[in-house]
Amino acid sequence: MSDAHVSDTHLPVAHQFEDEDQQFKSYSLGMWVFLAQELLFFGGLFTAFIVYRHMYLDAFVAAHHKLDWTLGALNTTILLTSSLTMALGVRASIMNRWRATIGWLIATCVLAFGFMAVKYVEYSSKFEHHLWPGGDFQFNVEGVDAGGAQIFFGLYFVMTGLHGLHVLIGILIMAWLAVRVYRMRNQVTDYIPIELAGLYWHFVDLVWIFLFPMLYLVG
Amino acid sequence: MSATTSIEQRGSVNYLNCDYSLKSWLITLDHKRIGLLYLIAILIFFLIGGSMALLIRYELLTPQGDFLLSDTYNKTFTMHGVTLIFFFLIPSIPAVLGNFLLPLMLGAKDVAFPRLNLLSWYVFMAGAVLGTIALVSGGVDTGWTFYTPLSSTFAHGAVVLAVSAAFVAGFSSIMTGVNFIVTIHMMRAPGLTWSRLPLFVWAHYATSLIQVLGTPVIAITLFLVGVERVAKIGIFDPNLGGDPVLFQHLFWFYSHPAVYIMILPGMGVISEVIACFARRRIFGYDFVAYSSLAIAVLGFFVWGHHMFVSGQSMYAGMVFSVITFLVAIPSAIKIFNWTATLYKGSIHLAAPMLFALSFMGLFTIGGLTGLFLASMAMDIHLHDTYFVVAHFHYVMVGGQIIAFLAGIHFWWPKMTGRMYPEGMGKLSALVTFIGFNLTFMPQFILGYMGMPRRYHSYPEEWQVLHVLSSAGASILASGFILTIGYLIWSLWYGDKASANPWGAKGLEWQTPSPPPTENFATKPVVTEEAYHYTPELREEEKEYEHV
Repeated sequence: MSDAHVSDTHLPVAHQFEDEDQQFKSYSLGMWVFLAQELLFFGGLFTAFIVYRHMYLDAFVAAHHKLDWTLGALNTTILLTSSLTMALGVRASIMNRWRATIGWLIATCVLAFGFMAVKYVEYSSKFEHHLWPGGDFQFNVEGVDAGGAQIFFGLYFVMTGLHGLHVLIGILIMAWLAVRVYRMRNQVTDYIPIELAGLYWHFVDLVWIFLFPMLYLVG
Repeated sequence: MSATTSIEQRGSVNYLNCDYSLKSWLITLDHKRIGLLYLIAILIFFLIGGSMALLIRYELLTPQGDFLLSDTYNKTFTMHGVTLIFFFLIPSIPAVLGNFLLPLMLGAKDVAFPRLNLLSWYVFMAGAVLGTIALVSGGVDTGWTFYTPLSSTFAHGAVVLAVSAAFVAGFSSIMTGVNFIVTIHMMRAPGLTWSRLPLFVWAHYATSLIQVLGTPVIAITLFLVGVERVAKIGIFDPNLGGDPVLFQHLFWFYSHPAVYIMILPGMGVISEVIACFARRRIFGYDFVAYSSLAIAVLGFFVWGHHMFVSGQSMYAGMVFSVITFLVAIPSAIKIFNWTATLYKGSIHLAAPMLFALSFMGLFTIGGLTGLFLASMAMDIHLHDTYFVVAHFHYVMVGGQIIAFLAGIHFWWPKMTGRMYPEGMGKLSALVTFIGFNLTFMPQFILGYMGMPRRYHSYPEEWQVLHVLSSAGASILASGFILTIGYLIWSLWYGDKASANPWGAKGLEWQTPSPPPTENFATKPVVTEEAYHYTPELREEEKEYEHV
């Protein structure tokens, strides 16, 4: 099975650029600078977590036992696998194989949905057990400051919530890219947006790699 | 100006006359038009924020708090700060002059991401609309700093709207920063090496680094304040075990570097203006260039000097104090090098140069008084007094706004194709200088005597100084209104500008005024360093009669 025949081997160059090379390097640098911004965006929250963990060590340890690390580990596996499928998608697009590209993009979307489904299960159980810090928060562990635990869950929801928002945005981007690749299937695959989306997706994965041990594992 | 140039230009198509429809402006991808869109937007916010300043100064004419009641007064100074910082000063030079000039200075057709550039303007306007709604739907009384727990628990009014406005506007600032970094790295004309870049570009590179690395931290901090108010998830609320001082740490981690977003671009403008009107190569180019980066980097490690009296550890305070003193070094390098550039220069006192000289004096005072505040013992006495108010107004107004005016006058012919009236320009430089000093010099004394900021009543013995300050504010306001007036007048009645009315160096002067949409007819090639000035105007540069 071979992909469609391709006649034109050049990508379109936007008016502000001189050539394909300058265009590719600019987009790529732009994405890295954007990711640096993202790093600082999450950085504020990580700082807050470290400060409060230091202030309320006992409460944070007690609170983290309420998280289900098996679900967290499952999500880590799902997300790492999705990074692999994304990387394969980028490779397929560079090799100009549009069917494979769409396939890997859809696989990544499906895994991302899987991640959100597990997150939904986790969130629901937290609500059931009155661990949502905004409403009637209940946390009764002997000798532990419930206020500290409330902050733990505040940070838990804000951090995983923002991360989840990034996952949702990733799903939208990948779905859009899949449609775009299909529409342009008879031309050279414009792999730049797919490569940039790949960078973004690996970053989202990387944030989770830090969130998972910090929230679920460290006791 | 020769008659042939103007005839030639009248017939030519440029970025302004290529399409007059409103739609062509609202969907434009041209960096020059986007710069002008920003100019119009920030002018509106300048007028709003400036009017609030006048209300504040009017209230402070008398010792009694009678014109504005306490609540209204708090809302007035809050919206004064929020409007002028987030919606005027931060975008002022980068988004207007930077947008307009960077691609021209680099010899490029546009910025690297024109669509992102336009998006940044719409995001900015969305933030601005939120801010305006916050203003008319009850206002905010927390001060522009939104300190918790006042902002998260106790404050009345539209805190969530106001922090959302700053949050959204922050993303427009990030977009501009990303765009500029990539543009400067990737879009330079052949031969334009880093060591040949105009210092305006270096300053914007440093500014962009701060915008990209600092702004997300305040975004997340303001987001948490909003979450705390709306969803009652306490991160900073002491009732829930939260730490309000953490808010201050996160807030100043951005907001101190942000102060340098509000001065570095101004320094870039001054380097261009000084070199041109002293007709000398800038003294110590490398030092001026790298001092911008040094200010940007050091700026990230001084936030604790806002918290000397917030219960921060004394040893942390000492470290922050020392690093703050270090910022004085790159700042002083700039002032010294500009002064050395003037030495034996062939100085022409055109209006942009007068503004630039005014900047040098005012910024020096603003910077040096910063050192008073950086020493912990002094700061305990001066913290939250009018001394602080005067200090940062000397940097933000005396620095950035004066530099903005220097830049607007300097590049006005390039942006609009018209000369501003030179006599009026000189008058404006003089009036703003006098008005500014009269407004804020008495505030140093008031602060030293103990007048706290954010109060609308005060003991009677301070009335003379307050009256002086209010009188100065009215002079300063007349200066600004005069400037806005004659600049708008010049759009129709100003002399036609030639391509290079100042005989200035830099690629932006090698294309017609106003430039064509694609900036350059042929791709420029750079063969010499920046600021290759000769003491006297060369024959071909003598077209400008006003100098």
